[in-house]
Amino acid sequence: MILRLALGSLLARGLTVAMTILAIALSVMLFLGVEKVRTGAKASFADTISGTDLIVGARTGSVQLLLYSVFRIGNATSNMTWESYQDIAARDAVDWIVPISLGDSHRQFRVMGTTVAFFERYKYRSGQSLAMRDGDVMDDLFDATIGADVAETLGYSVGDPIVVAHGLASFSEHEDQPFRISGILEKTGTPVDRTVIVSLEAIEAIHVDWRSGAQIPGQATPADVIRQMDLQPQAITAALVGVKGRLQVFGLQRAINEYGEEPLLAILPGVALQELWQIVGIAETALIAVSGMVIVTALIGMMATIFSSLNERRREMAIFRAMGARPRVIFALLVLEAAVIAAIGALLGLILLYLSLYVAQPLIDSAFGLWIPIDPPSMREVLVLIAVILASAIVSMLPAIRAYRMSLADGMMVRI
Amino acid sequence: MIKPAPVLELDDVHYRWPGRAPFELRAPYLTLVKGETVLLLGESGSGKSTLLSLICGTIVAQSGAVSVAGTDISSLSAGKRDRFRAEQIGLIFQQFNLLPYASVQDNILLPLRFAPDRASRVPLSVDDAERLCRDLGLPTDVMGARAGTLSVGQQQRVAAARALIGMPPLIVADEPTSSLDASTQVAFLDVLFEQSRSHSTTVLMVSHDARLADQFDRVIHMTDIAQTMRGIT
Repeated sequence: MILRLALGSLLARGLTVAMTILAIALSVMLFLGVEKVRTGAKASFADTISGTDLIVGARTGSVQLLLYSVFRIGNATSNMTWESYQDIAARDAVDWIVPISLGDSHRQFRVMGTTVAFFERYKYRSGQSLAMRDGDVMDDLFDATIGADVAETLGYSVGDPIVVAHGLASFSEHEDQPFRISGILEKTGTPVDRTVIVSLEAIEAIHVDWRSGAQIPGQATPADVIRQMDLQPQAITAALVGVKGRLQVFGLQRAINEYGEEPLLAILPGVALQELWQIVGIAETALIAVSGMVIVTALIGMMATIFSSLNERRREMAIFRAMGARPRVIFALLVLEAAVIAAIGALLGLILLYLSLYVAQPLIDSAFGLWIPIDPPSMREVLVLIAVILASAIVSMLPAIRAYRMSLADGMMVRI
Repeated sequence: MIKPAPVLELDDVHYRWPGRAPFELRAPYLTLVKGETVLLLGESGSGKSTLLSLICGTIVAQSGAVSVAGTDISSLSAGKRDRFRAEQIGLIFQQFNLLPYASVQDNILLPLRFAPDRASRVPLSVDDAERLCRDLGLPTDVMGARAGTLSVGQQQRVAAARALIGMPPLIVADEPTSSLDASTQVAFLDVLFEQSRSHSTTVLMVSHDARLADQFDRVIHMTDIAQTMRGIT
């Protein structure tokens, strides 16, 4: 009956209570939403590359190698020779190997030279393969396969010509070798979306008439002559390696790192991704802190509402006191009320979160390539909800103490 | 033969409000016996509220004894006094007696929630609340209504039903009729006394309105039983 009366009292103050509940619900939704996005982003990040056991490149920092080979951020300081690539490819432990050659660009997008094997070996989001949205994987020397973002940003479709520039943000475009778009990839949410992929030989072909980063004056080899040339590359930027057995990864890594012919580095993508996330992760801490503050603000708002309701509820408390309720009943009523408000708010926040996730999930995926899974609330999230309810009960003790004192002083003789 | 204990007895009570504006009340002697209806007349500021607070045990006299149904309230702890009030005293205020958001039934049954002994006297409390409502002239379908939706006169009757339920030995009413018009005042007291007499409940009503006097067994003037002293603020 006391619970029913408490609920009745809440209902009687419906509007203010609803506003308080809404504030708590929104703050809880924000907090849990940030949690979801954070874990989703972390998972997406970790899923940028999967299925690859080792990334090999010239000796540099492991994060740097990861950045330029997978994220296309920054540049390789040096290349690895084709001989080293072949040596590694010939090792017993190696199941497959995919060379990558970077350094050219098309508008703001990087051009990557590789082999057709890249399309079957590169995996993201726990083993998902690249898929073609339109057209086919490059087949000819002057074919280019482009990522979804490239196609969208530049408005390209299959069959369009495309000019590849040497170097990054360079004005010297390789106008003499026009490429043709053979296919457009599905959106993946990985840096592949922002990459123009051509064959390894195509990268060589672009540079036929170039020496030391400048075009040799007056020299323009026609495309059909280039086709006859030996376009075996001298060097590549990096290579993705798959091993035959999981246990061979570390042996192969050590062998590559101790390779005598030239200084090389082999990294485990997962480990390097974690290292990189630790750098990026400072932002997530800031996000959590901010959304935590929002919850605190909502709780303080609730406390203020309870405080301001005390005066108009003096009569109500006097009635309880006159009927024999001890002051601690008044105290308990207010704390209970706050806990009920917080519980409804937390629950509503959870419902709002899942509703908006349900609506926004495909939108976020297509806009940012960020896949936020809709899972039942994790233990951590349930704990957050419980913490919100507990915190509200604790916070409400301040007005409850005041009500306790007021009801002791007023007794039952309140004249309004 | 032992004389039955009076329902209410004040003996040499002295109370002084704490604070910067000193107010003292002395009540040497007052006795109410079982079943009598007493009107306590007094102007505002004559110490009526202080006296009622003493009787109900929300404040405790510095000296002297306030006994309700044979128990000296001042000897009880604060928690026990609250329980004691719920058990022994039915209270009716001037107005705003009820929790407006609660149903009439919940309002009537509220004191039983804090008074197990009183509740045990009415095992069929809902039926009893219905009977009281009927006897007090309230419509039969009133039980489920929200108290705030009733007229002021009906609310005072609900408050009377709440005071009467479980048959406490003493009903204390603080100007219960002042918010009613003259004709409903008389009707209200009629039904209240009808119920209190059938249960031999003692009624102590405080008012400044002497016109109600002839409906009571006994009329006491505040000035006859108590002296107040007001300090200089």
